[in-house]
Amino acid sequence: MGKLSEKDVIKIAKLARIAVTPDEVKTYTEELSKILGFFTVLQEVNTDNIPQMTSVADMALPLRQDIVSDGNYRDAVLQNAPVSEYGCFMVPKVVE
Amino acid sequence: MSELNTLTITQARDGLKKGEFTSVELTNAHLQAIENTRGLNAYIVDTPEIALKQAAEADKRIQSGNAGLMTGIPVGVKDLFCTKGVSSTACSHILDGFVPQYESTVSQKLFDAGAVMLGKTNMDEFAMGSANITSYYGPVKNPWKAKGSNADVVPGGSSGGSAASVAAYIAMGALGSDTGGSIRQPASFCGIVGIKPTYGRCSRWGMIAFASSLDQAGVFTRSVRDAAIMLESICGYDTKDSTSANIQVPRFEHALTGNIRGKKIGIPKEYYVDGMSEDIAKLWEQGKQWLKGAGAEIVDISLPHTKYALATYYIIAPAEASSNLARYDGVRYGLRVVEEGDTLDQMYEKTRAAGFGAEVKRRIMIGTYVLSAGYYDAYYKKAQRVRTLIAQDFKQAFEKVDAILTPATPTPAFEIGAKLDPVTMYLNDVFTIPASMAGLPGMCVPVGLSSNGLPLGLQLIGKAFDEEMVFNMGGVLEEEAGFSTLSMAA
Repeated sequence: MGKLSEKDVIKIAKLARIAVTPDEVKTYTEELSKILGFFTVLQEVNTDNIPQMTSVADMALPLRQDIVSDGNYRDAVLQNAPVSEYGCFMVPKVVE
Repeated sequence: MSELNTLTITQARDGLKKGEFTSVELTNAHLQAIENTRGLNAYIVDTPEIALKQAAEADKRIQSGNAGLMTGIPVGVKDLFCTKGVSSTACSHILDGFVPQYESTVSQKLFDAGAVMLGKTNMDEFAMGSANITSYYGPVKNPWKAKGSNADVVPGGSSGGSAASVAAYIAMGALGSDTGGSIRQPASFCGIVGIKPTYGRCSRWGMIAFASSLDQAGVFTRSVRDAAIMLESICGYDTKDSTSANIQVPRFEHALTGNIRGKKIGIPKEYYVDGMSEDIAKLWEQGKQWLKGAGAEIVDISLPHTKYALATYYIIAPAEASSNLARYDGVRYGLRVVEEGDTLDQMYEKTRAAGFGAEVKRRIMIGTYVLSAGYYDAYYKKAQRVRTLIAQDFKQAFEKVDAILTPATPTPAFEIGAKLDPVTMYLNDVFTIPASMAGLPGMCVPVGLSSNGLPLGLQLIGKAFDEEMVFNMGGVLEEEAGFSTLSMAA
């Protein structure tokens, strides 16, 4: 567990798909490093043979019948779209 | 007749039944009061037409003897819940213009029970915050002010608007959400009751997600009995939420027997923290004496992994948030920022940069980092293991006690302008986070004032699905403390 470099921050921002300015990179490097520093306390805890808690409720994911039980809401689904045409969400071209 | 909006839900239910007033009158009293308290910025969407329509329907139901749990009661709904046909943005710019085409399960249940929606309440953006200062719609002011001061103080967060509305008598009850303390902490700061039930009691369907393994809906009210009534109306199994508990909802109000003789109250020594104000330490001690006086037995307990809860939470919650907030990309709803010639990636990056506030971006970045290749084991996996230990601490403690009493917040409400760095801000949740990590029910009951005249509350934590114990103990605490929201200098 160490400090963050500006290169790390640029990579994280890319993964998170958030555009950052050079000034923001500087600020984040400082702020996020501080927060990460706060996490080092966890190294004190012995977690050998302790399972990860993935669910608070002691349950397995419930399954349901594989039948169509709802649907046909295309118009409602498109209602809030910034741009939509032909019953689809429109976005900038992905493939030339 | 005294102002109708100052009644409790219990009193209003009684008055409505007896025909002393109508829900329409009750609703109008609230709508007027809301106009008089615009400065608090508690509501960001007003729904007076919907409210009056629901009130008229409620009056018909009451007249025909078909009143439900909350029939005719005016409430506020945190903007985190999707309300059909009514703007729902989680107070974020990135959900500008989003009008849900469906109703969240929890708000649907509230309306089925006959409640009247006055509006959507203000909150920290995406429920990330402890002071309601990160909302795109501006901060919320606590209706309370420190003695001899004119400075505005925070109501707490993230459910600041909901808390402020109930404390200021502009809602009889309000829906809130609690992930790390977002109901319990503002309840303490605003001098009202706030409860987060056991994880799985309330459906999360239609609740804008922050951290899926922690988020829970809950309520704010001005009395413990009111909270029992309102919480019951929103609990219940929902097949649309795979984490919803398939378990019966008890009649919570019936749990308020007032008799806690022989019950054991745990006092965790690790909750005596640095920086805890003297007022709070004194009230905690007082709380112990009150419960002891009512016949309960005080038991010292240890929750050894308490000091690791904050770090664990600030790894897990942002990690889950980074995943949940990935959907805000300008494609299907909300804000879209794109220029001629931009690629899809550029649209995503520009939209998210413009749409999210600073705290949200900070948490998404932390979350992304702790889940990324090379760091996942050291941070996220480690935190998941520590979380198991935290939950085990509580399980072991509950073999010896029936409920746990702790402070709710380390300090009373602070000034809106106070410059707190992110980590200091996170310390606000130090007492509330552990119960969230373990999925346990927690309730804050207001018990007194700080030396500068601001409200302070104590927290009761119960076993999983034992809200009844929490309500009964809370009722006794409330009775002994005799705290009145009317003691607030208006």
